[in-house]
Amino acid sequence: MSVVGHAPPPFFKRGPAPLVRLAFFVSLSLVLLVADLRFHTLEWARLAVATAAWPLQRITGMPIDAAGDFGSYLSRQSTLLKENEELRRRQLETANLLLRQDHLEQENKRLRTLLDMRERQPVEGRIAEILYAARDPFSRRVIIDKGSQHGIASGNAVVDDIGVIGQVVRVFPLTSEVLLLTDKEQAIPVSVQRNGLRAVLAGAGSGMMELRFLAANAEVQVGDILVTSGLDGVYLPGLPVARVAKIDRDSSYSFARIICTPLAGVERHGLALVLGARTALPPQPEDAPAVPDQPTRGKRVKKKVR
Amino acid sequence: MQPTHSSRRILLPVKNWFILLTLILALVLNLVPFGRFPGIPDWVALVLAFWCIHQPLKVGMAAGFLLGLAMDVADASVMGQHALAYVLLAYFAAGWSRRVLWFPLAQQALHVLPMLLGMQIVMLVTRMIGGAEFPGVLWFLSSITATLLWHPITYVLLTPQFQPEDKDVHRPI
Repeated sequence: MSVVGHAPPPFFKRGPAPLVRLAFFVSLSLVLLVADLRFHTLEWARLAVATAAWPLQRITGMPIDAAGDFGSYLSRQSTLLKENEELRRRQLETANLLLRQDHLEQENKRLRTLLDMRERQPVEGRIAEILYAARDPFSRRVIIDKGSQHGIASGNAVVDDIGVIGQVVRVFPLTSEVLLLTDKEQAIPVSVQRNGLRAVLAGAGSGMMELRFLAANAEVQVGDILVTSGLDGVYLPGLPVARVAKIDRDSSYSFARIICTPLAGVERHGLALVLGARTALPPQPEDAPAVPDQPTRGKRVKKKVR
Repeated sequence: MQPTHSSRRILLPVKNWFILLTLILALVLNLVPFGRFPGIPDWVALVLAFWCIHQPLKVGMAAGFLLGLAMDVADASVMGQHALAYVLLAYFAAGWSRRVLWFPLAQQALHVLPMLLGMQIVMLVTRMIGGAEFPGVLWFLSSITATLLWHPITYVLLTPQFQPEDKDVHRPI
């Protein structure tokens, strides 16, 4: 019995009640969730912790790497020989193309300067190894072994030998995170290679992609190849992205449901090429001022580019 | 302290550094990059649930919150996702600890299963609200693997507390 004004002394001091503590921690987590999901303000904390944990992560990855190495060690010599021969043959085949490419690039450059067009920015690439897929089961990301120390920047495009894989979204000093094309948050502007129809391709989950906002009667066929249109200023135009796998034209919806499969080995692991940032696109043309063609240095009058 | 409340074995007191060591080891095990391979248990959740049930006064929601933050960074997921789920797990595990410890190990595991599944559902709901994709039903397999591991992990984590059983006919206790 407590006298008025005197609380009995607690026998066991255990701090606040469990429900109070639960409310405190839950509200703290919710604040963090909102801060990260809505405002993306916690990148600096993530950067610091991830850099500190990098050696630990490499150590834990070692058993997996070792298992992979052991598996490839056991691969028979004949397969290696066959692969070697195949690579040699392909190199010979492509050598011809490569040599001509150099020549063509030179010629292209001359023609472009002749046409007085903006020179295309040569984009350099860095080869990176895909280390592992991020553990988060809700998104499709992979970690590559090049980071800001190697000149990788957020927003760089990542391609493999067949086509586009994704885009760098988070850069740490020694690693970076690549958001794959099949992730639901990733969208890429594409055009149909056959007829140049432009559209936006977005990830649809479970390894597929969806061509969005195309009218039900749009000129797309199963088997069409989609290439980047380059309108976003991130991806170079003309990189292969996906193949149309299934078209569902339901007249009750205004848009066709077009499912595509990625061309590149998006979910496979191996080497990838990180392309440097493209220079910004020129600003939107306003009303084109009528500039009369003036001869430069008294030479020929240039023809109007159509 | 006994392994279960109905057991007649008396355990040695737990060492704080051992709890810390096992939690850190669980974090390291969670960092092993298995990618999207189904059925890999969430070691941190399992060990956290174990200590919350066996030592509710030492390990609780604060530990769950800190471990959750570490997992959020390591997993490249949204900040607060694991923290929220682990805090709720710690709350229910500590709240149920007096009840759970009366049961034999198999039935303890049946109590742990809904806790772990609930934790996964909390994570699922928070991410689906954020607009992420559904990871597939196979993702829930990791809770079931963890439940199957409850029996072995109880023996592993209680090993340092067991003392040699010397039967003394004159003194029954």
